[in-house]
Amino acid sequence: MKRPKDLFATGAGIIIVGLILGCLAATLQKLGNPANMGICVACFTRDIAGALGLHRAGIVQYLRPEIPAFCLGAFLAALIFREFRPRTGSAPVVRFILGMFAMIGALIFLGCPWRAMLRLVGGDWNAILGILGLIVGIGVGVGFLRGGFNLGRSYPTRALAGLAMPFVMAALLVLAITYPHFGEEGKAALFRSTKGPGAAAAHVIVSIIVGLIVGFLAQRTRFCTVGGLRDVILMRDFHLFSGLLAFLIAAFAMNLIYGHFHPGFTLGTSPEGEIIKQPAAHTVQWLNFTGMVLAGLSFTLAGGCPGRQIFLSGEGDGDAAMFVFGMLTGAGVAHNCLMVADQPTAPYIAVIGLVVVLIIGFMGREKPAIAR
Amino acid sequence: MAENVDARGLSCPQPVLMTRQALQQTGGDEVVVLVDTMTQVHNCTRIAEKLGWQANYQEKDDIYELTLRKI
Repeated sequence: MKRPKDLFATGAGIIIVGLILGCLAATLQKLGNPANMGICVACFTRDIAGALGLHRAGIVQYLRPEIPAFCLGAFLAALIFREFRPRTGSAPVVRFILGMFAMIGALIFLGCPWRAMLRLVGGDWNAILGILGLIVGIGVGVGFLRGGFNLGRSYPTRALAGLAMPFVMAALLVLAITYPHFGEEGKAALFRSTKGPGAAAAHVIVSIIVGLIVGFLAQRTRFCTVGGLRDVILMRDFHLFSGLLAFLIAAFAMNLIYGHFHPGFTLGTSPEGEIIKQPAAHTVQWLNFTGMVLAGLSFTLAGGCPGRQIFLSGEGDGDAAMFVFGMLTGAGVAHNCLMVADQPTAPYIAVIGLVVVLIIGFMGREKPAIAR
Repeated sequence: MAENVDARGLSCPQPVLMTRQALQQTGGDEVVVLVDTMTQVHNCTRIAEKLGWQANYQEKDDIYELTLRKI
């Protein structure tokens, strides 16, 4: 019999890692990543979908190396600490659908929970509505959890199933480094933006190193933005939440140092009288709010934020991997069908998405027997 | 007899919720929780310690058996 002891699992561990992640995120912005988008799982997965040609929004196509590096960093940590556990079977298709709608909701707001925090500490006040929506979405999810919602058990499986996602991510990383064009540039994948957020990026090697560090540390501490808010609402537990606060404080401090804090709902007006928006943001507040309600609810029902799903997929969780593939698909659908930000289809899909995810919530309520 | 909680294969926060429920409802002073990741060992330990229980675990065939005793 052993006492469960692990420095990373302590309060100090999660706070220190939160501070490190906040510094790294703000620093990636300084080193070239898009404004208020140092690390954004939704945006970067969307950019990868664009690079692969799953959507044709020209300004958001880049095979972001951070995402595969997150997964491989977590994979490495899991191997070193003997936590790699191939497992699957907990409603993978439902998780795929939740991943799709989580992504669509996040793209209506324009950011995952990490970016919501980065937008806030960059002075983008539209993020306040997004974060309020996230809290409401998680709160509704907590209601379902209290009512017995769960997606069923996963079961141990062969190494093959657990290694599939790290293998896919390793292949993506090779593509990100070599960036081959399968045909005439601009007409065949891999696509790469020449303007817009997709063209803004830190050096590929820097992105990979930071991504690996984030993945490694997040796997060790189980850093989770949605889990942080969920645990506070569900059982007044502030462990993961303290990591979020540390992340916010560190990113805010670094933004002040780098001169990246520009407060306001917009950045004023240009000499021609046009409103200058906050970077990759819009001001239709009910959509900012509703998009994140959809995302927050979907993440809560799936058991964790998008970053956490990627880290879990690195430890062999095949169900989390399905969620990640759902996000990739959702990103393609969202851009192809003009569901992003304040585009014309966004209001409809926000409502449809909420209905679908609520149905999943109601249908998944069943208390597992405490003893089996 | 010790009460058993089988939380193997369940996503967050289910194992913690089940452990908390068992600790709050049990009349005894020992609860055994089965989980299959170290994440859940730590998560369940955290809630147990918060409620005044002490945790010890052992691993067997990739399953973690977490024994919680009332302090």
